[in-house]
Amino acid sequence: MAEPVFAPWADPNEKPLIQFKGVTKRFGDFVAIDNLTQDIFAQEFFALLGPSGCGKTTMMRMLAGFETPTEGQILIAGQDMAGVPPNKRAVNMMFQSYALFPHLSVAENIAFGLKREGMPKGNIDDRVKEMLRLTRLERFAQRKPHQISGGQRQRVALARSLAKAPKLLLLDEPLGALDAKLRQQTQFELMDIQEKTGTTFVIVTHDQEEAMTVASRVAVMDEGRIMQVATPAEIYEQPNSVYVADFIGDVNIIEGTATPEGKGYDVAWAEGQRPFHAETDKSFSKDQRCFLAMRPEKVAISTDEPEARNRVQGKIIDIAYLGNLSTYHVELPGGTMMKAQTANTRRLSRRALTWEDQVWLSWTDTAAVMLEG
Amino acid sequence: MRRFALIAVPYAWLLALFLVPFLIVFKISLSDTAIAIPPYTPTLDISGGWAAIKGFLSELDFENFVWLTEDDLYWKAYLSSVRIALISTILTLLVGYPIAYAMARAAPEWRPTLLMLVILPFWTSFLIRVYAWMGILSNEGLLNAFLLWTGLISEPLTILNTNAAVYIGIVYTYLPFMILPIYSALEKMDDSLLEAAEDLGCSRMEAFWLVTIPLSKQGIIAGCFLVFIPVVGEFVIPSLLGGSGTLMIGKVLFEEFFNNRDWPVASAVAVILLLILIIPIILFQRNEQKAREAEG
Repeated sequence: MAEPVFAPWADPNEKPLIQFKGVTKRFGDFVAIDNLTQDIFAQEFFALLGPSGCGKTTMMRMLAGFETPTEGQILIAGQDMAGVPPNKRAVNMMFQSYALFPHLSVAENIAFGLKREGMPKGNIDDRVKEMLRLTRLERFAQRKPHQISGGQRQRVALARSLAKAPKLLLLDEPLGALDAKLRQQTQFELMDIQEKTGTTFVIVTHDQEEAMTVASRVAVMDEGRIMQVATPAEIYEQPNSVYVADFIGDVNIIEGTATPEGKGYDVAWAEGQRPFHAETDKSFSKDQRCFLAMRPEKVAISTDEPEARNRVQGKIIDIAYLGNLSTYHVELPGGTMMKAQTANTRRLSRRALTWEDQVWLSWTDTAAVMLEG
Repeated sequence: MRRFALIAVPYAWLLALFLVPFLIVFKISLSDTAIAIPPYTPTLDISGGWAAIKGFLSELDFENFVWLTEDDLYWKAYLSSVRIALISTILTLLVGYPIAYAMARAAPEWRPTLLMLVILPFWTSFLIRVYAWMGILSNEGLLNAFLLWTGLISEPLTILNTNAAVYIGIVYTYLPFMILPIYSALEKMDDSLLEAAEDLGCSRMEAFWLVTIPLSKQGIIAGCFLVFIPVVGEFVIPSLLGGSGTLMIGKVLFEEFFNNRDWPVASAVAVILLLILIIPIILFQRNEQKAREAEG
């Protein structure tokens, strides 16, 4: 039996845990958050993704209570957070630098928040043990933070922020300091822990792969605004703007003018070239400027002319060999560059394509996403 | 060989400028006073050979140290010195910590300037600065003139030549030694630690006690020792700002040496002072080592 899909945002009866209502935050003249309205639901793993300076960290710090909105309201579980200091919020944060107390042992760090709550000593010990088990740190309980590795420190920070069983856990670039391998492993651990504890996670990251891996929904931000909020798959397959398409993953963006044709539009992209066809639900007027966004892995590359409606010939200029994948940079007539990606399922010596080869690129009618400028 | 030469420099320095003078002082403390130049006996004459050295050694004794225990002036002076040093260390800490804290919290572009301002007094002679305090604290001084002018007092306060003046002088003089180590500890502190403490349920005040104070502990300890150790033997401040009631071992030492010309007793006083200070010096070294280990 299939599990029901977790999508509280699609259910109009679901009450959001966090509500941003017309929130603006200014630092002097600089607008960090620009009239932002957004709901986040209980048990979500919500990722704020964007380049540095886009306002994602400010959003998180407002949730934690370290910044107050200049305008607008933030509600957590229906309660207006205005004037509630950080120490009175059922919200905990895992800091980018981990912010472990260097003078306390791992166990004391985890117990820190529990002691402030006035929890009886026996209960504190039990809870600390539970957290140590959850993060597999039992052996390091008595060590000081400077005596353990970066990955272990990251887990202590996580354990400490989870110890008080917050309604909401904020993670500020939690994996930024880890190397690639450990990062990947930790991403799965994070998801695992989020599922086990049922805590709502809001994660801030500039790493799109990380956001895609862990999050139930991703909000792509730019200059204080949320550009798109959707599941990772939707963000990738159905970006709503050139910015989002370009920010997430690798993409070919081709500019042209639209002419209605069949279930979609023909897009004229260069003088004397056959237009590309793309199906879409959106409507464009005749001769409207538009963009086609195409993922390189959806573009097929071949030496013989294919049957497909969207096909174009070009010359291989560059090959990026990534081991499992190869990305071909192909120059189309008129100088437009296009990327096509293939999985290297065969050994290197068997592959026919090389530099300066004339090749055909092709894709289906649904491969490209049509976007307004 | 080169490594040995490198290590030899500081050891040679210590040997020539600390150990040898100390042994000379110690030797004098075992001698008897005499009306001569130098004013003690015996003096060592190596040309007399082995017998002369033997005779010299047989004349040395500990009677000056016994004398120190018999006259209660000395142990009272030691006790009073330690007490004054303790109180003024605490006062310096109370004044210095907030200054160091404010400096560490100041905008980064201001910090070098503030640091400079703390060090700036060292550019003027210490003696002149203490004399300046005499001008400020005397009955007709600036402080009394100001207080009379504001109407807070109707008669000038007697501050100069009391212990209060000594405390003011010591706190003023030794403040940089307290501020600098505390500042350097606080400046290294990551601000996100305070945010983490607040996030975990601390009020600002609790965060200060539970995070800021423990993390500046090494700086506090270092600062306290840097003040306490020299203040115990302080001579200039008590003799210029203090009165007849201010009893400090540095002053006693000076009087024994120059007024009474009793070099052997003065040397004995110095040796005991050093022994008293060795304990806090060792503790200080331990603290420094611990701080280094915590960082490494």
